[in-house]
Amino acid sequence: MIIDGTAVVIEGDNIDTDVLYPGSFLNIDDPDAMKPYLFEGLDPGIRDRLEPSCVLVVGDNFGSGSSREHVPLAMKAWGVGCVLGHSFARIFHRNCINLGLPVVTSPQAAAAAVAGERIHIDTDEGAIEVSDERYEIAPLPEFMAEMIDSGGLVEWVRGRLKA
Amino acid sequence: MALTLTEKILLAHTDRDELTPGEVVLVRCDVVMANDVSGPVAFRAMKKMGAERVFDPSKVVMVADHFMPAKDARSAGLLKSLKDWSDEQGVTYYGQGRGGIEHTLLAEEGWVTPGIVLAGGDSHTCTHGALGAFGTGLGSTDIAACLALGEFWQAVPETILVRLTGDRSKYVTGKDVILAVIGRIGVAGGTNQVLEFTGEGAAGLSMDERLAVANMAVEAGSETGLFAADEVTGKYLEGRARRPWTAEASDPDAHFSGVLDIDLSALAPLVSKPHSPGNVVPVSDATGTKIDQVYIGNCSNGTMTDLRQTAEMLRGHKVHADTRAIIVPATQDIYRRAMAEGLLDIFVEAGAIVSTPTCGACFGGHNGVMGPGENALTTTNRNFKGRMGSGEAGVFLANAYVAAAAAVAGEIVEPHEVH
Repeated sequence: MIIDGTAVVIEGDNIDTDVLYPGSFLNIDDPDAMKPYLFEGLDPGIRDRLEPSCVLVVGDNFGSGSSREHVPLAMKAWGVGCVLGHSFARIFHRNCINLGLPVVTSPQAAAAAVAGERIHIDTDEGAIEVSDERYEIAPLPEFMAEMIDSGGLVEWVRGRLKA
Repeated sequence: MALTLTEKILLAHTDRDELTPGEVVLVRCDVVMANDVSGPVAFRAMKKMGAERVFDPSKVVMVADHFMPAKDARSAGLLKSLKDWSDEQGVTYYGQGRGGIEHTLLAEEGWVTPGIVLAGGDSHTCTHGALGAFGTGLGSTDIAACLALGEFWQAVPETILVRLTGDRSKYVTGKDVILAVIGRIGVAGGTNQVLEFTGEGAAGLSMDERLAVANMAVEAGSETGLFAADEVTGKYLEGRARRPWTAEASDPDAHFSGVLDIDLSALAPLVSKPHSPGNVVPVSDATGTKIDQVYIGNCSNGTMTDLRQTAEMLRGHKVHADTRAIIVPATQDIYRRAMAEGLLDIFVEAGAIVSTPTCGACFGGHNGVMGPGENALTTTNRNFKGRMGSGEAGVFLANAYVAAAAAVAGEIVEPHEVH
């Protein structure tokens, strides 16, 4: 998969899913209706910087706390192309993968990213280009790569049920 | 080959003969649980998967707890969709007046036994590690896969062994044990790992306190917080367990990714200051902080043990004139037992309000959310910015003694000053 998008940098470590999507809006189950509340507890202005296939650049332990899938669902609904970070909390990380939202762990590339500049990611090659510098991405375990290739967990299960 | 308790449980739930840390395997579930927030999102995903029926209705449990009772029309719609779906699929459903907060409820109702795998659409599903089960929190699409296939993917985690020694002093509870751990290893210190609690200090914790400890394992980033089954577990499960079980433990020579020693005799009551559960200090370092609302309840500390501790502090006292107190028994059964013991009368007499079981204000949903500039002292598990309502409010986490003492004093005090 190839992702080519503008970097949207979110500063800070341990950003939790409560600030990314506050609890009072959890009574929504339609992803499109979740869009206005993404980043509401952190900085609603981030929404204005989003554009189709943009790359969110984040710090350490991003997405900690609640398992609410509303965060990556709203990111997808906004057209976010990828989340590139120093490191991720477990449930947020797996939610992204399940939804087919590419999530890349690379502290070096994340540190080099500059807001507004292009980021080029080639998951097949295992490479990421930031400001003309090339960084390697560690390959995903086979099962996860297979699931992402099939389009996410929904498609993977659909395939299993048909088989 | 020497194995950790987690590896033994996962091995019994895969088709593998052996497991390597980090490898991704498919794990079979014994119980799949979701609530009014995670459930309806999962039902949408399940439909897209083309799955019409759940893999096994006898292994699926739905609990109305987050926005229950409905805070508005939209929440009522979610609660209705949870019930309608449960009826259609023929799965167990705990609705308003019949259940309570999912984690406390599932343990109480005997769904959780040692050695099982419990997949829950809620991050605090790690609570079930208290019973020696691999209970772990997942998102809604994962839950949809569990509902359809009875399986989820899992990278085999390593285990950090937490050895608890020494006798606790009065006012030091399970809450302080887990706050001490999070304070030591940090909010990401247990990422992709399991915390396993062992030693005489672990054996000395009641089941209610073990639930409180395991509940906050995710606040250290961990997959679950395990206690190997022992006599306390056996006694708790008498007349409750829904299936036969056997006690298993980590092999003595199993490999652990880390070891953490905590001397409970050196522990004082702790408080986690805004805006991170890892921001842990002794209560003595936070005294004098004005508290606008005390909240005692939630899936970590809304048990009979917590309510008895609260009553011990409030008996013969009044809640401070400038402070509000809300007490939320975690389940319908706890509510009734607290009523029968006279605890609710002590609370109401003191000027606290007693709520029906709900997740309520813990996650900023409803039923006592905080306004700008206010401070809450709660027995809940998260104090992120805006967690209980306004982003300009502060949330302090502590045990029920500390919370009840603050209700009386109107500020954070050491519990012995009130008692």
